[in-house]
Amino acid sequence: MLNKVFAIFAIMALALVITVPVMAEDTIKIAYIDPLSGAMAGVGDAGYKHFQYNAELLNAAGGVLGGKKFEIVPFDNKVSPQDTLIQLKNAIDQDIRIVAQGNGSSVAGALIEAINKHNERNPDNQLIYLNYAAVTPSFTNEQCSFWHFRFDAHVDMKIAAITNYIKGQKDIKKVYLMNQDYVFGHAVSDASKAMLKEKRPDIKIVGDSFTPLGKVKDFSPYVAKIQASGADTVISGNWGADMSLLVKAAKDAGLKAQFYTFYGNGLGAPKAIGEAGIGILNSVTEWHLDLNQEEKNAEDEKFFLDYQEKYSSRGEVPYYYGRIGTTMQMLAAAIEKAHSTKAKDIAYALEGMEYQTPYGKVTMRAEDHQLIQPLYISTYAKAGQGTVKYDAENTGVGFKTIQRIEAADTAMPTTCKMERPEK
Amino acid sequence: MPTLLRRYGIWAAAMIMCGVLPLIFKSSFSISLLSQMGISIIFALSYNMLLGQGGMLSFGHAVYLGLGGFLSMHALNKIGGGALPLPLELLPLVGGMAGVVAGVVFGWLSTDRSGTTFALISLGIGELIAASALMLPSFFGGEEGISGNRMVKMTLTGFKFGKSVEVYYLIACWMLLSVGLMYLLTKTPLGRVANAVRDNPERAAFIGYNPRSVRTLQFTLAAFFAGLAGGLFAINYEIITAEMVGAHPSGSVLMMTYIGGVGHFFGPIIGAVLVTFMQQSLAGITHAWLLYFGLLFVMMVLWAPNGLAGLIMMHEPVWKAGLLRRLLPSYLAILVPTLVMLTGIMILVEINYHLSLSINPDDPLTLFGIAFNARSPVAWGLAIALAAVGLFFFRKMVRWVNQSWNEVTQAMKGADR
Amino acid sequence: MLEYLLFSVLNSLVLGMLLFMLSSGLTLIFSMMGVLNFAHASFYMLGAYFGYQITQAVGFWPALVIAPLLVGVIGALVERYGLRTVHKYGHVAELLFTVGLAFIIEEGVNLIWGRNAMTYPVPQSLDFPLFTLFSTEFSTYRMFMLLISVAIFIGLYMVLTRTRIGLIIQAALTHPQGVSALGHNVPMVFMMVFGGGSALAGVAGVIGGIFLITEPAMAATLGPIVFVVIVVGGMGSLTGAFVASLLLAAIQTFAVGLEYSLTDLFALVGIHGQVSGLLEDLGRIQLSHTGPILPYLFMVLMLMFRPKGLMGKRES
Repeated sequence: MLNKVFAIFAIMALALVITVPVMAEDTIKIAYIDPLSGAMAGVGDAGYKHFQYNAELLNAAGGVLGGKKFEIVPFDNKVSPQDTLIQLKNAIDQDIRIVAQGNGSSVAGALIEAINKHNERNPDNQLIYLNYAAVTPSFTNEQCSFWHFRFDAHVDMKIAAITNYIKGQKDIKKVYLMNQDYVFGHAVSDASKAMLKEKRPDIKIVGDSFTPLGKVKDFSPYVAKIQASGADTVISGNWGADMSLLVKAAKDAGLKAQFYTFYGNGLGAPKAIGEAGIGILNSVTEWHLDLNQEEKNAEDEKFFLDYQEKYSSRGEVPYYYGRIGTTMQMLAAAIEKAHSTKAKDIAYALEGMEYQTPYGKVTMRAEDHQLIQPLYISTYAKAGQGTVKYDAENTGVGFKTIQRIEAADTAMPTTCKMERPEK
Repeated sequence: MPTLLRRYGIWAAAMIMCGVLPLIFKSSFSISLLSQMGISIIFALSYNMLLGQGGMLSFGHAVYLGLGGFLSMHALNKIGGGALPLPLELLPLVGGMAGVVAGVVFGWLSTDRSGTTFALISLGIGELIAASALMLPSFFGGEEGISGNRMVKMTLTGFKFGKSVEVYYLIACWMLLSVGLMYLLTKTPLGRVANAVRDNPERAAFIGYNPRSVRTLQFTLAAFFAGLAGGLFAINYEIITAEMVGAHPSGSVLMMTYIGGVGHFFGPIIGAVLVTFMQQSLAGITHAWLLYFGLLFVMMVLWAPNGLAGLIMMHEPVWKAGLLRRLLPSYLAILVPTLVMLTGIMILVEINYHLSLSINPDDPLTLFGIAFNARSPVAWGLAIALAAVGLFFFRKMVRWVNQSWNEVTQAMKGADR
Repeated sequence: MLEYLLFSVLNSLVLGMLLFMLSSGLTLIFSMMGVLNFAHASFYMLGAYFGYQITQAVGFWPALVIAPLLVGVIGALVERYGLRTVHKYGHVAELLFTVGLAFIIEEGVNLIWGRNAMTYPVPQSLDFPLFTLFSTEFSTYRMFMLLISVAIFIGLYMVLTRTRIGLIIQAALTHPQGVSALGHNVPMVFMMVFGGGSALAGVAGVIGGIFLITEPAMAATLGPIVFVVIVVGGMGSLTGAFVASLLLAAIQTFAVGLEYSLTDLFALVGIHGQVSGLLEDLGRIQLSHTGPILPYLFMVLMLMFRPKGLMGKRES
């Protein structure tokens, strides 16, 4: 009976026709490896559109190296490290040498390891990895790699920005730390404790709670605890539903504390939180959609509006990752500078590169490949008043900067000992 | 000689095929796909030792895959550091032993009853382990998991395992060995008693077999193979994360086993190959693959509860009787409306995904080489019409198929007499 | 402290009653038909999305009635054309059918409403703090949720004890074959119970979607916990489900306040020691972190040592 099975087996195997597309000479392909199906697909899909949009802009301006065009090739990794590695092989098969990824530090860690091994085992077709959102500090510290470049500020840098702001707010007396119970949440908590102690030793940390990732349905008990502790400020690295539910519960209980977060204005959060966030929810990012009004930058406004028009599904998913623009433009500049599309040449060109963004100069620090850029702490505000012209995700809620932190103030020392290949 | 060929021919063919496949499909994507298939086959077969052979529906089988993987990874790092003298080829055994230990403990705790109680306990244990995995970073490595380097000095074969094709051959060998062992297990008294306990625990107890002990034993063996698959996983990917013990792999092994068919030994093999292929390739083609996958699963549950293997084996007696030709016309006839109906449904699904997820919903959508605007009423009308017309004729043709089957069954009965 | 206690009690009541609304339907279905309905939480999600969509069109109050009815009809259709078809293949097939259904509903919701959360705010007429005690506010909406669920509990109780169909259902809970032998149309009763149970989940969805978040993952996050409720409560016992819902909500709510770890416990009895690795992790975990996973521990222990549940009348 098994005979027939293996016959079927063989037919199935034959069905495994894997097409290797013909590589056009004048395109530079970038593998975008992020979730495109499943629960996280909304975020992954938005990131893809960001890259696509920026590639189109660069291509419209003539591409690089005298007319080479960028092409973004999406790969669905379902936020799973193992699927990521399979898709990475898929990308290598298609002769792609540039990889972009952002969602999930687990995935980023796996990619760094895999690319290190690949580049060591295959010195003649090496890869370069552009990380636009995975923020675990170790990627540019003890785990740093020559092939990895991070364009997002990592946990410690974001906490440095928040605590810098808190340093100037004399009425902040009691801080509560509220995080998810895994490596990232603990990193946020540890960094907050260390930096607050250094910058404002008088502040009392009245609570340090951790919740299981994505398991809590009602945050009211935690809010009650925050309430009981008398905290006037909450620092939280929560993302996704853990962020939205926390703010909703706080609003319900009339909690008067200010929230300082990483992802309070992240994709999907304005929709889930809405007006409940006004006046209490602050987030630290390198860009937000009302920044162009505050800084009167017409060019960036056009950039934002074009995206809004073309890619945002009628404003439902607006432009969010300001750093993806920086990523693509710096990549283009590096290719021009190196006059090559080889990973090693691009990497050497990117190292130490300085670049002028609409909101200031940024530097790709050579020691650890961490982008040093100015950060903004912004708060939820009703749209249509003053500089808050545009609203996020059609909610009627926009953002207002309360503090700009200069690039130099976000830079943190690194323990990275970079191993570089021969030029 | 013919008996020898009949008995061992399949295994020889399987070995040759495993050896030849990577020579035909050389790209590193297909090699890693084949490797993943090998791991999935072991995992799905081990799952079927519970569901198909033991009647235990588990929602937490990935716990043993994951624990096996984590322990193997720790061992791999020890080997790399020179602290553990074990050749890489035997590393999956470490995973297997981890599976055995976990299997004995959790198996004994959960197998007092089968059925829903067992299913719920496995669900609970799965959730517990998955939740605690993130809380115990020293063993599970937190969110980033644990990684290792498989290029260690100590090997038996002289392979360095830098190339993925070498890893593929290692996986293929373990896969063939495990499949063989699991097949032999179904022929042992234990396998038979497990079936008896599945079918009627009271009677099995009456003739002197303690159902709980039998289930625990079966459970432990299944956990061994799951752990072994976890060990291979660790070698193949060189990283393992906490999500490997979670609900997602547990659910996916359940689905692949069921789609393949639980009633036949080879069913899960088909399921593992097909589902792995879908997971890796279909996901690259369409956003909607999860929906298609779900629909496939529900259709199998509704109309083919014995899975693909059941569908195939249904035709075995007909084939032997030489009557397959009498079924063919009705099969061909039903194929047409089925394809029409599926095309209609597919167009509808793709239009909707295009509208909700694509870069620009107003861009033309290209399906079957035809580009059209997803908002156009023509496309919608056509899709709905195709689905409706297909369904109408499908239902008619089902009658014909049933009729042909009746005729064939009658004919076979007549031949028996 | 008093403030914290009082509000924790209130909050656990709100969450508990929401859980009860979800689990009451499931426990009826499970006890009568023996089907562990994995798609039950998906009906809850459908309720939330329908509620959102109808609220957009005609407002919250009509939505509160229409959405559950829609969900109920869908539930009845699923029973009639899906479950009844697989019934002949046994309970495992039925269960797997609901697993697949949950999968399809989630993807379908993705397909229609997209993957991001919906803006589904508290209706204006209920959006104000009801009272302020000490410094904490209690919102009117929470009180409204509490009232609705109490009303449903009373209504359900009346239907089951005072009406003819209720008596048949009660009888079918414990002796399905017997009821069938008496000439009642048991498949019809099944369909109605399934539809009714789904509608209850739909109500929970309409009000819970506002309270929590209306997003495609909402079914998956709440699904397993409902199983815990019916297992702990016990087969065939609505009262059990009620008690278990409140109990689980209370455990989750109050565990949050207990920041004690194993290390603290050992320190209490005078054992101090330096451990590392896994033991250190174990010692570090505080009770307050474990709140949301305690229910699963509870469920596993309950299944092992008292499979009847707290108030169950029989084993599955």
